Amino acid sequence: MDAVLEIAGLRKTYRSRKGTRRALDGFDMTVGAGQVHGFLGPNGSGKTTTLRTLLGLIRPNGGRMALFGQEVPRHLPSVAGRVGAIVESPQFFGNFTAQDTLSLLADAGGLRRERVTAVLELVGLRDRAKERVRTYSLGMKQRLAVASALLKEPQLLILDEPANGLDPGGIREMRTLMRNLAESGMTVLLSSHILGEIQLICDQVTIISAGRRVAAGSVADVLAEHASSAVKVRLEPGVDLIGVAAILKANGADVTVQADHFVVGNAGNPAQITRILAEREIYVSELSPVAADLESVFLELTGTAPVEGQNRQVDQVAAPAQGGWGQ
Amino acid sequence: MSLYKAETRRLVKRRFTKLFVFCGLLVLAAVAAGVFLSNQKVGPETVAKAKAEAQANYQQQVLDTNRLIQECQAAQGTARASDYPPKCDITAPSPSDFNPEWYMPASFDFRSRFPSMVTTFAAVLALVAYIVGASFVGAEWSSGGMMNLLLWRPRRVQVLGTKLAVLLAGTTVLTVVLGAIWTAGFYGIATARGSTAKMTSGAWQSIALMEARALALVLVAGALGFGLASIGRHTAMALGVAIGVIVVLQFGVAAVLGLANVKFPELYLAPFWIIAWMYKQYVAEDYHSCEVSLTGGCQPATLTITWQMAGGAMVLLFALVVGAAMWTLRKRDIT
Repeated sequence: MDAVLEIAGLRKTYRSRKGTRRALDGFDMTVGAGQVHGFLGPNGSGKTTTLRTLLGLIRPNGGRMALFGQEVPRHLPSVAGRVGAIVESPQFFGNFTAQDTLSLLADAGGLRRERVTAVLELVGLRDRAKERVRTYSLGMKQRLAVASALLKEPQLLILDEPANGLDPGGIREMRTLMRNLAESGMTVLLSSHILGEIQLICDQVTIISAGRRVAAGSVADVLAEHASSAVKVRLEPGVDLIGVAAILKANGADVTVQADHFVVGNAGNPAQITRILAEREIYVSELSPVAADLESVFLELTGTAPVEGQNRQVDQVAAPAQGGWGQ
Repeated sequence: MSLYKAETRRLVKRRFTKLFVFCGLLVLAAVAAGVFLSNQKVGPETVAKAKAEAQANYQQQVLDTNRLIQECQAAQGTARASDYPPKCDITAPSPSDFNPEWYMPASFDFRSRFPSMVTTFAAVLALVAYIVGASFVGAEWSSGGMMNLLLWRPRRVQVLGTKLAVLLAGTTVLTVVLGAIWTAGFYGIATARGSTAKMTSGAWQSIALMEARALALVLVAGALGFGLASIGRHTAMALGVAIGVIVVLQFGVAAVLGLANVKFPELYLAPFWIIAWMYKQYVAEDYHSCEVSLTGGCQPATLTITWQMAGGAMVLLFALVVGAAMWTLRKRDIT
């Protein structure tokens, strides 16, 4: 599959009187043609900086970027017509109507005015197109932003938090729209914090943390690579769960007791659990792996899982846990 | 070309543009109406009446003077003699001291008074151009429209240059059209409420050149507003600079220069450069100096700001501000 978007070793450092901050620290990403590619990362991890840099709004300090095989920002003017993008929150001149806003963009891009009507219909703003943008809700502005990105019938669509502000119906419509666009052959790069959505609609994901890529690949592969070593353990009825948990904890297990079962979080070798318990004539009725979802993988990889009693600060990441008990 | 067309539409569609052009038109209309209402046509009857009034006043003054001389002579040798000049040296006024024109109502003489109307026109339109120019790019920056546009047209300098070209072209069209209406309107006012005498081809040429200088002033003002708002990425930047220049630099500098007894303080004040540009020169005088003239007496030292000097300063200012706007757009990140 041809790469529509390639980023290698991208670096960006912000300098101010308060010091320097590395927003991107050798970031890599590849998006193949026709993919719906999820781009994930916690706040301040460098997602928006990456997208802005790719689109020529920010000058990088190093690295290489290419769109459709052409180096950017040098060749950006020649490929910009093939890229539709919304970056961060939708921003429009409030006194113009949606119709005016899009028709001015269409004029600037040398597009047919009919496209304006088509995209307004597509994003559900047809009946409100002649109202001023300042009267729009955040969700409606978001729809307008998506419409502006779709206006030039791009081959690559870059959407930064497109579901931001949308109602549940709007989120579902957006998901359907993404799928339809992907089926029509468009490549979509989707940055979002709604990980369930990403898991549902994306073929591939790239996860960024502290300006570096921490995972990339198909959703299934990323989940498999970072599969949880946790197992769910259910015992015969009447057994003292707290007592059993104490035995396992004494052997180094990370145990979380639930109502009728417990979870061993670091069960690198689940056989160890059955052996320890069998030695004490306690028998397991169920031992099953806890399936990882994208959210837990994301939290693990980015080190942003909430810790009880702590207020995590933006840019603060914890080192992910290594290895497992019983191995 | 598509970008130029789109930006022209954007400029014309903006409510701010319409509002400020309308406000400018209102001010100009008020000026024209004021001139129309405060002037009158002067016919032979009015001239004769003014001459008669001047003559009557002259004769009355002569009678008063003669009476005063007689009173003075009668008072000689008494204590009241000190109330009068020595030797009753009282001179009667001459007829030339009673110019009949002073007894006529105000009348709009196109040749002598239209130049000041051109300056008024240039000042109003320069203000409109400055504000509209600042808002045209400033509102785009602050609303995020500029970023959207750059996602479509990544050549930053070309985008800003096109916007500036649209602003200057629009300002030129507006100024030329309004200038023609302004000239025709005041010619009409002069016809109805004054005089259009002595309007030779040379006089018309002089007015045309002055209007061309007015156009240049309006264009530079628009470009400065545009450039400053682009550097600050907000309309308020240009408006803040304008207020700062007026309050701090002009009033403040004028006060400081006055206190310091600086020679030719006008040299440091923008309005005098604008006057020099519009009226081809401004002669500053230093009343603290004394240059003995051939006819005797003290003549103050002078310094002339020519229209070439003023034009050079405008070009320099234009190049600096627009150049800085282009440079910052090219170099700075858009976040």
